[in-house]
Amino acid sequence: MWNPEDVTSYNVLVQVHLRPGIADPQGATIERSLATLGFPGVSDVRMGKAIVFTLEAESETAATAEVDELCRRFLINPVIEDAVISMTEADRAASGR
Amino acid sequence: MSARIGVVLFPGSNCELDVQEVARAAGQETTILWHGDRTVDGVDAVVIPGGFAHGDYLRPGAIARFSPVMTAIEEFAAAGGPVVGICNGFQVLTEAGLLPGALQKNRGLRFLCSTVEVRVESTNSVLTSGAESGTTLRLPVNHFEGNYTCSAETLAMLRSEDRVVLRYVDNPNGSMDDIAGICSRERNVVGLMPHPERASSSLLGSEDGLVLLQSLYRSISRSS
Repeated sequence: MWNPEDVTSYNVLVQVHLRPGIADPQGATIERSLATLGFPGVSDVRMGKAIVFTLEAESETAATAEVDELCRRFLINPVIEDAVISMTEADRAASGR
Repeated sequence: MSARIGVVLFPGSNCELDVQEVARAAGQETTILWHGDRTVDGVDAVVIPGGFAHGDYLRPGAIARFSPVMTAIEEFAAAGGPVVGICNGFQVLTEAGLLPGALQKNRGLRFLCSTVEVRVESTNSVLTSGAESGTTLRLPVNHFEGNYTCSAETLAMLRSEDRVVLRYVDNPNGSMDDIAGICSRERNVVGLMPHPERASSSLLGSEDGLVLLQSLYRSISRSS
């Protein structure tokens, strides 16, 4: 049975990056532009995207498993992308619980 | 003999009318396959046309691949049915896992809209069976994410199994091994970035795409 009292909300941040070895033309362009603008010390620029959402799950283990699964199946294309996942328990006061 | 070609329509597809027009001009029947219906409606072949399915949100093809019609197309392809993905359709096929690899942003971040030369590398596929190996075709390309990439193992497999069906003569987008089109192991699923339907009349600047589309029609009459 789904009981809201039994679940915890997690704030999830999924950072998607191109895998090492996959050309990142956006990162390379940003790096060249920064040098042109007078920031020559910047290197290793990689461009990615961030996806944030709130997830309700029974435990942190369950939440981690679900996020891993939805990343693998949908949020990233494992042929070219990697994900870094961070998860924190949502502030109950802020969410009204 | 006339065949019935199903042309998939996602929100954001924009080449479905062109594909239908060219097929009808060649005496084929066509029908639209709506993305929300889990059926291929008894068609003899499926074409996933170009466009920007679901706005290319997340990644090109990433959302389209979960459409109900894709489940039916996967079953159709598994049963040996001919499936061709053009441009965005190729991206959908790779996201769906019907073809290996992925299409990433073009080298140099250039959106390409031009006519390029591609060489027929394998005639052993539903889309190239009527072409001559080594022939050069002039076909339009129109894409931002057409830079084919895959693992070294996958590339070795594609090459050893003769599954690279088209290669760019002068690589416009950074595609690995100059790949413009590949096919499945069973040769019945083909994805390509160039648009053969836009090279279907000398009025359009080239009719080199016809040999590919005619191969598709003929592959149907052979199998039925």
